[in-house]
Amino acid sequence: MSFFIASSPHHHQRRTTQDLMRIVLLAMVPGVLAQFYFFGWGIAFQLTLAIATAILTETLCLIARERPIRQALQDYTAVVTAVLLAVSIPPLAPWWIIVVGTVFSIGVVKHLFGGVGHNVFNPAMAGYVLLLISFPVQMTSWMPAVNLAGAHPGFFDSLALFFTQYTSEGFSLNQVRLVEQSSMLDAVVMATPLDHLKTELARGFTLSEALNHPMFSGIAGMGWQWVNAAYLLGGLFLLQQRVITWHIPAGFLGALGFCAMLGAIIAPDTLPGINLHLFSGAAMLGAFFIATDPVSAATSNRGKLIYAALIGVLIYVIRTWGGYPDAVAFAVLLANLCVPVIDQYTRPRTYGHSTGGSSS
Amino acid sequence: MADVIQLWQFPGGIHPPERKSLANQSPIRHLPVPQTLYIPLRQHIGLAGDLIVAVGERVRRGQALTEPGLQGAVPVHAPTSGIVKEITQHPSNHPSAIPEPTLVLESDGEHESITFARLEDPHQRSTQELLAHIQKAGIAGLGGAAFPTAQKLRQPQHVDVLIINGAECEPYIVSDDRLMREHAETIVQGIQLLQQIIGRPEAIIAIEDNKPEAIQAMSDAVAGYSHMRVQVIPTLYPSGGEKQLIQILTGKQVPATGYPADIGILMHNTGTAYAVARAVYHGEPLLERVVTLTGEALREPGTAWVLLGTPVAHVLEHAGLVPGPQQRIIMGGPMMGFTIADTRIPIIKSTNCILAPTAQELPAAATEMPCIRCGHCEQVCPASLLPQQLQWLAKAKDYDGLKEHHLADCIECGACAYVCPSEIPLVHYYRKAKAEIREQVIEQQKADIARQRFEARQARLEREKQERLEKHKKAAEAREKALAERAATATRPAVDAQDPVKAAVARAKARKAALQQADAQTVQQQAHADTASADQTPAQQSPQQARVAAAIARAKAKKAAATKQDDSES
Repeated sequence: MSFFIASSPHHHQRRTTQDLMRIVLLAMVPGVLAQFYFFGWGIAFQLTLAIATAILTETLCLIARERPIRQALQDYTAVVTAVLLAVSIPPLAPWWIIVVGTVFSIGVVKHLFGGVGHNVFNPAMAGYVLLLISFPVQMTSWMPAVNLAGAHPGFFDSLALFFTQYTSEGFSLNQVRLVEQSSMLDAVVMATPLDHLKTELARGFTLSEALNHPMFSGIAGMGWQWVNAAYLLGGLFLLQQRVITWHIPAGFLGALGFCAMLGAIIAPDTLPGINLHLFSGAAMLGAFFIATDPVSAATSNRGKLIYAALIGVLIYVIRTWGGYPDAVAFAVLLANLCVPVIDQYTRPRTYGHSTGGSSS
Repeated sequence: MADVIQLWQFPGGIHPPERKSLANQSPIRHLPVPQTLYIPLRQHIGLAGDLIVAVGERVRRGQALTEPGLQGAVPVHAPTSGIVKEITQHPSNHPSAIPEPTLVLESDGEHESITFARLEDPHQRSTQELLAHIQKAGIAGLGGAAFPTAQKLRQPQHVDVLIINGAECEPYIVSDDRLMREHAETIVQGIQLLQQIIGRPEAIIAIEDNKPEAIQAMSDAVAGYSHMRVQVIPTLYPSGGEKQLIQILTGKQVPATGYPADIGILMHNTGTAYAVARAVYHGEPLLERVVTLTGEALREPGTAWVLLGTPVAHVLEHAGLVPGPQQRIIMGGPMMGFTIADTRIPIIKSTNCILAPTAQELPAAATEMPCIRCGHCEQVCPASLLPQQLQWLAKAKDYDGLKEHHLADCIECGACAYVCPSEIPLVHYYRKAKAEIREQVIEQQKADIARQRFEARQARLEREKQERLEKHKKAAEAREKALAERAATATRPAVDAQDPVKAAVARAKARKAALQQADAQTVQQQAHADTASADQTPAQQSPQQARVAAAIARAKAKKAAATKQDDSES
């Protein structure tokens, strides 16, 4: 009788890319729920449309590239990209924003570079940066967290805003925001805590004056601190599941925290401290879900630490001195550019060799 | 005692399901002697010995079939009594199953042994005597590499630590486990002999903590021996790899270009220690070994003493193989073993396991997906390589890049491929690249030799040309010199110098005159031939000339007659 021939190892862990991506999606659930709780229905529409667009774009790209479609769609990488992009943009940004972003992420950043495993840049972040630069108004119009704004627009109002930019009563997003805020606050145009901070500091206020705003109740801004905490929870789940290693989150948060601490010591009046940096904006999402994108990150452990620390420092630099309130996307893309160099110089020392790989 | 000793960690490693209980629950059994044994003449690393039996000869169990010869090879022995049927090419115990010279032994069922010559008072014997005895017993490393044991023990370096490898880290395999449980005393005797040979270093018996019974048995056996201890190590694949185990126990790394002995360490397998003790104390050469028969496709898994040369088919038959679809038969474990297509291949000294898994238990490899650069492979690589980069380089056939990334240091443990979420057969790519590099090196060597030969030939031709030119030059010089000398002598006034010149001139003149006369005669003759008939021979013609002239005349006459006849006929 004839026997089957195979190459060793004959045993396999059987945790496929598909499984990994599923775990990533699962780990994002707490963060998404927190965002839903604090920012309303918008996130649900964004997610739905992003995922649908991603799958469609992926399919079309695969057809154009003559690649097997089923297999590639089943690996969930496109879905993860879509979800990352959807949670990054303002919940009530008009529908075409997420469509443009997703098409660009999947079509250009991923497939034009050779598909899964070959993209130089993090697709979600490249898409985000494209949107941020092209449509700055829509991309910075975040809703205030629910506790500050009272009730959010309901499901149908949100849906109407999402698709038409007007509620069923004919108010624009800005009007809604103003109306809602004026009922609660002093008609301040709502921005994200980081945005607000930046503006206020630029206007010459001290940090404590800038922080003297209801949105900064808690440690790092109403709503945002919980969203970050939820992503931290999801991230720890990823670590526990060994989907990611500790190197990137540690390097990322360590570098960002260190810079924040240093800044707070040197200029406590003008530079926000660790709590604001780590629990505001996209810090936790970035540390556990975005920077850990394996394809565009460095590969060796040492390389990952350097790569992540670079992101952390860049975020601090851009947040503090740059033109944008948050900087995860820019920092990640800049670090993506450095990956080949980092990989080249962080090769581990092979067993039995006295020096690292690059020098022998 | 064991818990105060410091242990180190090697980077990476994985925890595949162990599945050892499948085969380690029952004592080592004996398989019936097979009808036909296929004994490869070479079962170790190195050259085959010289055959010393003839076809048709009856051999008895334990009789040597080959002897070391000039190469100092490891001999093979007849595992049972019977008739040497033939010496032929038979599929070998190798992934390629490439045929190898194999002695076919037809068992006569008697299982009759020769009288084994044991070594009396081994502890009084010299190292050389012990080594000679071990070599004669045909012992090669039973851990898997089958390196000749005596040769390994003959290392000139000083050995500080003797490591006895009982880690048995690969899933499923339990041969060493069972051997340690059942024959701990003999193993310790063997270790003592090994220690004696290499200058009594400390011996550490390393066993993974998933084998409590073996640990207990060995600990009991070493009690009372100084310089010998059992070291329990954490279960982590591939801790039983030589380099990895050395790192765990000593924190040292074997230099990439060297051997363990270079850092004062020697490692032997428990099975080897057992075989050494059997050879020395009982005079028994290496005739059989413990083989794990496991996998859910076997009705009766377990461990067995299998005679070397037993065809796999015989073993499978007795283990009760129930083949399923796409049945694989794996020589070795699930991580590093190789599948075989042909069950005629024999069990040899390095065979420690036959694994027949069902498709559910070890599903066949799925389709290779694109690498997502997740780096899990790098996290588990025990050699701190970059499996992912190696994979790209291997696919790109960038051999220089592969060398730079130390492909040669890959031990092919399979940890990277085990964890790869894209199910990329990484080890397969490395093996292929290694073979290609080997091929390239051979080609390079061939090209170098050809080039050297060509250059040598060019140099020789050039040299010869130069020599020839030199010779010609010298000859010309010599000639010129001689002429010059002669000229010098000619100008010198001599008494009879003029006479030979004059004589020569006179001779030349006379010859010229004679030639002129001859010419005149020829013209005359031609005139005669044209005008006169053939028989009007001039008186001054020689008889020969006359005969020739007559013959010519006859031929002419005949021709004229023939022409006339032709004319009349037409």
